[in-house]
Amino acid sequence: MIKLTNINMSFHDKQILKDINLEVNQGETMVVIGPSGSGKSTILRLIIGLLKPTSGEIWVKGQEIASLAEDDLNKVRMDMGMVFQYSALFDSMTVGDNVAFGLREHTSMSEKEIAKIISRNLRMVGLAEREKVMPNELSGGMKKRVSLARAIAMKPQMMLYDEPTAGLDPISSGTIDRLIMNTKRMLGVTSVVVTHQMSSAFTIADRIAMIHDGRIIEVGTVEQIKSSENALVQQFIHGLKTPGAYARRRSELL
Amino acid sequence: MFVNILESIGRRVIHSAENSGRIMILLGQALYHLRQPPKSKHILEQMVHLGVDSLPIVLLTMLFTGMVITLQTANEFIKYGAQSSVGGVVAISMLRELAPVLTGVVVAGRVGAAIAAEIGSMKVTEQIDALRVMAVNPIQYLVVPRLLACLMMVPMLVVFADIIGTLGGYLVATLYAGIGSFTYLNSIKVFTDVHDVIGGLVKAMFFGGTIAIIGCYKGLTATEGAVGVGHATTASVVSSIIIIFISNYFLSMLLYR
Repeated sequence: MIKLTNINMSFHDKQILKDINLEVNQGETMVVIGPSGSGKSTILRLIIGLLKPTSGEIWVKGQEIASLAEDDLNKVRMDMGMVFQYSALFDSMTVGDNVAFGLREHTSMSEKEIAKIISRNLRMVGLAEREKVMPNELSGGMKKRVSLARAIAMKPQMMLYDEPTAGLDPISSGTIDRLIMNTKRMLGVTSVVVTHQMSSAFTIADRIAMIHDGRIIEVGTVEQIKSSENALVQQFIHGLKTPGAYARRRSELL
Repeated sequence: MFVNILESIGRRVIHSAENSGRIMILLGQALYHLRQPPKSKHILEQMVHLGVDSLPIVLLTMLFTGMVITLQTANEFIKYGAQSSVGGVVAISMLRELAPVLTGVVVAGRVGAAIAAEIGSMKVTEQIDALRVMAVNPIQYLVVPRLLACLMMVPMLVVFADIIGTLGGYLVATLYAGIGSFTYLNSIKVFTDVHDVIGGLVKAMFFGGTIAIIGCYKGLTATEGAVGVGHATTASVVSSIIIIFISNYFLSMLLYR
């Protein structure tokens, strides 16, 4: 469904991504983990075309998108939805208008039909009857949920999540994780989730890819990542000070 | 030290030239997207927000401008027995220069700042990215409605400015300076023609387009959070006012040879 081939990305002469190769199968949830500043969010922006790679190819549903013009990219984006790290709700519009935005811009649905979809989506994310509320009246967790309701309004085939649980308390994080899994179950979407919260990653992932210093150093299922022999992977998932600390701790326990 | 000064001037000139080029590119992109015009609802919203809501301050500014220019003109003209020319001179000043330029400056301060602040805030909070992700072109959705609204509404504001400015002048001339009503109004009829009005409206349309495009450009290129949005807002107003005054001279040369 999504394939990154030999992707290199540089900003102002600094190379952020180095020879990235990643494949996301249809219907699976791929979680990308890594330290802050490792290029995780850059990968999402490349997949949805907000950035163009310095070199390499990006294939989405069999179409190479890195060379597409903006108007052609928009056709690809109609099948995609994204939840931003800070929600990126349109703050001049109500919650209902935010959720309805894509439907009003791209479909000829009547306001009655749109109102039903708004109501259904907000109920799905646990925010029923909040159509008239403005985004500035919402908590961070609520904004994320509205952002999700907006992203799925057009029934996308692919969903991208940029740090969906960042800044949220454990209960809200759990709610978002459940919503991500429900979205996958109900819509059958292919998802790419960027996070550095391991509890979330292990809960929602079918496979996990770890980025370190701009390179993908490991890809595997949750169990494969947990039992990885790669010291950098173990350092990250256990939150250790140095890569060697896990091996030392393990040998002490044994 | 002299070399440093030259380098600094050179850097500023290059920076200004780069910005000017990018603004022209944005204008070109906006005109390109006119082939698929935005929804009339969006254009009407901007016409109300940018045009109708600016009317009170434009009327206030031009009323007192008309009054003060008549006061100064009448004081001097009456000394030389030329009171019969006061109405015409004030009207020409108003129609050709004061109404379009001062309306442009007021709108630049109010509307230019609002456009840059709104779009700049959207930029730094990723709302522009959200538009792109939802397959909506930001130029078509944000820039084109504001450009069309300003192109249409600033000339309309200038029409009101012409009327209220002339009315303010009439009140001062007749009630304070003792010039007869017929003398004042006849003077306007003798001195002015439709070319003066149309020239003022052409200027207004140019100024409106300038304010919209510069405001949108500064907003779309805002960075660094709240500080960046503040810089963008200030830069939008200052740049628009500078362009208005410079272009006014050249437009006057062109329109009133």
